[in-house]
Amino acid sequence: MIYIYSFLFCGLVCLIGQIILDNTKLSAGHITSIFVVAGAFLDTFGIYDKIITFAGGGAMVPITSFGHSLIHGALEKAQDFGLIGLLMGMFDLTATGITAAIIFTFVFSLFFKARD
Amino acid sequence: MISLENKDYKKLVDKHKPKETRVQNAFIAFIIGGIVGVLGQLLIEFYSYFLDISTKDASAFMLVTLIFFASLFTALGFFDKWVNFAKCGLIIPITGFAHSMASAGIEYKKEGPIYGLGSNIFKLAGSVILYGIVSAWFFGMIRYLLMGGM
Repeated sequence: MIYIYSFLFCGLVCLIGQIILDNTKLSAGHITSIFVVAGAFLDTFGIYDKIITFAGGGAMVPITSFGHSLIHGALEKAQDFGLIGLLMGMFDLTATGITAAIIFTFVFSLFFKARD
Repeated sequence: MISLENKDYKKLVDKHKPKETRVQNAFIAFIIGGIVGVLGQLLIEFYSYFLDISTKDASAFMLVTLIFFASLFTALGFFDKWVNFAKCGLIIPITGFAHSMASAGIEYKKEGPIYGLGSNIFKLAGSVILYGIVSAWFFGMIRYLLMGGM
């Protein structure tokens, strides 16, 4: 069942993105930025957590979960350190993704050339 | 008379053509996006079963796996074609984030390691990180101050 919800949720997020991309002047960069903000916004009220419990990987894969992870890490540290904790924990959960993307990009760009 | 009808017909076709491709694009984005979501869930269950770790840790493994393959396929040159086909189906998932970084890195490395690769690696992904952090900080502050944190 979780696979169906995964498919539906991730598909739906991509569908909304595609509809915005095709019907407005916004580019893919605008849309990914909007979706990250939307993910952080949904987590303000704990909505995204609920989505993750029933959609699992389908909710972790879209870029909205990036915003969710940012705010989640920040709030976890804020529990212990107050407002400054928001700054301390911001990257706690997203560090894996960002670091992996940086390392892989660096390594691959050493070995591969641009193709036109 | 016939040519006029043809013109009208052409107008009609032009009116409907972009709409059809829009529907098609939306459909493809939905299907591909859904498949990527299922793949994510499969990888989470795979890792949590074989490495005996929690779902939370497994989802980090899953993200690294997807980022690895998106970067590799971008470097090998065929991920661009996939993105052109699936559009938001691959741009909205984390693969799009990795793709934007890998393609910027590979494209700008010819301008040198500092002002080429270093300056441009976040050219496209930077906005995601910037607005993600600013909004997470802002919303996090709201949740911490008004709703008592977690």
